[in-house]
Amino acid sequence: MYDSGSTAFMLVGTMLVLFMTPGLAFFYGGLARRKNVVNTMLMCFAVIGIVGLTWVLAGWSLAYGGDGTNPFIGGLDQLGLAGTVQGMLAEAADVPDGTAYPSIVDVTFQMAFALITCAIVTGSVAGRMRFGAIALFIGLWSLAVYAPLAHMVWGGDASFIGGVIGALDFAGGDVVHISSGLTGLALCIALGARKGFGLKTYRPHNVPFVALGAGLLWLGWFGFNGASAFAADGIAALAVLNTVVSSAAGLASWMIVERVATGKPTLVGACTGLVAGLVVVTPSAGFVEPWAAVIMGLIVSPVCYFAISHLKARFGYDDALDAFGCHGVGGILGGILTGIFCVPELSWTEAGGLIYTGDPALLVSQVLGILVTVALVLVVDLVLITVVKALFRGRLRVSEPEEALGLDVANHGESAYPAYTGLDS
Amino acid sequence: MKQITAIVRPEMLEPLKDALFDAGVSGATISEVQGFGQQHGWKEYYRGTEVLLNMVPKVTVMMVVADDHVDALIETICSVARTGEVGDGKIFVAPVDEAVRIRTGERGPNAL
Repeated sequence: MYDSGSTAFMLVGTMLVLFMTPGLAFFYGGLARRKNVVNTMLMCFAVIGIVGLTWVLAGWSLAYGGDGTNPFIGGLDQLGLAGTVQGMLAEAADVPDGTAYPSIVDVTFQMAFALITCAIVTGSVAGRMRFGAIALFIGLWSLAVYAPLAHMVWGGDASFIGGVIGALDFAGGDVVHISSGLTGLALCIALGARKGFGLKTYRPHNVPFVALGAGLLWLGWFGFNGASAFAADGIAALAVLNTVVSSAAGLASWMIVERVATGKPTLVGACTGLVAGLVVVTPSAGFVEPWAAVIMGLIVSPVCYFAISHLKARFGYDDALDAFGCHGVGGILGGILTGIFCVPELSWTEAGGLIYTGDPALLVSQVLGILVTVALVLVVDLVLITVVKALFRGRLRVSEPEEALGLDVANHGESAYPAYTGLDS
Repeated sequence: MKQITAIVRPEMLEPLKDALFDAGVSGATISEVQGFGQQHGWKEYYRGTEVLLNMVPKVTVMMVVADDHVDALIETICSVARTGEVGDGKIFVAPVDEAVRIRTGERGPNAL
């Protein structure tokens, strides 16, 4: 028999992670300008329709198919989820005692991660990208970057980053946050800045939407990190606990940074700090002690704040809604700190964190894992951007008049607030 | 007859309405507006980046009154809407040629 407690927990966890993608749509939608809300939110929702299909067609098979001996990619044996039902029946007929849950749960659980990862990417391109171009890019990216990366990190003992290099990634620092943040950075550089970037900064059009989205992400993240324990056990409880305390610390330290830097804490800032705290603890949620999660949350907000308020201005890339500044930077920091704070008894490998063992082996593995992730993502992104750009005849962006009009009307013929004519656009 | 247009801080609307009712003003038309004066707006911060808001929200109160009410009304508005800080707003007074009450067809000060 399966452990019905764990089975139920994994199914609910899956649903919580699925809920994060619409949640992110509200987070991003609130940050957008009024004339780009529909486009910004639709980019997140469209991911459900696009990656939901690519995952069934090939994503799952490329990430988790095959016999697990290839370090870089799964296999082609489960294209179209062929054999899933037969596999489920065969597994159910002969379940060893103590099996946590049916492995068919993984298909949807992992799909939920692919969805939210692809949705995070869209934040960087808000306000200027042609809808067809981002839709095609995301579909290809889910197969060419996400699926192989998921395999390399979570594909078992033979996998390149998780097995050979021995880097730890509890719930998706490399796979979800670094990959999406960096891809956002690559796309926003390839697109160029929005009109008026650096000359004018626009306020978020709906701050309560941002708070609503942050709240939905917070809730979903307990499934994201908690169910990454793959059982309803103490590790899952630790992951949830660490997720709460790290996000709490991230929220608090962002407010403190704002109080010092600009004089007043803001709601958008508090929500951003909350998300940064969630990102940083993702690679280590089930590996570290709560006091370490507090430290990670306290550190991440000043670092992300600096990246968003200074690095972006210094280098002039227009990461519109800060996918790189939050997820890329926070994910890299979390990956490195895992190598320092990982409790040896909780580690998936022989190696433990630097402060417990005095041995930098895990820290080195973490940094190597991050470097491989960065290199893979950037190289494949460059190829994908070139291909998509060629297919769209060199034009990834909407025209200048369309950008001025707003992407809601230009791309979709749909206004978010048709009865409202304000001066805030 | 004179038209009085008072541009005031939005937070002054409620006390101003009370004062106008007390003064027995026969009617007023109120709109939300944005604009700038000599102070050119204020600063907000978005994730640590300064956002300059050069258009400031204000409320405009438009009234048409008989000539001999103008000075008293200006005094009322100033006493209610003044904080002494930059951005208290302005009052403009202009002559009005005609007023018509649509329901009865009355004209002139009787229509107010």
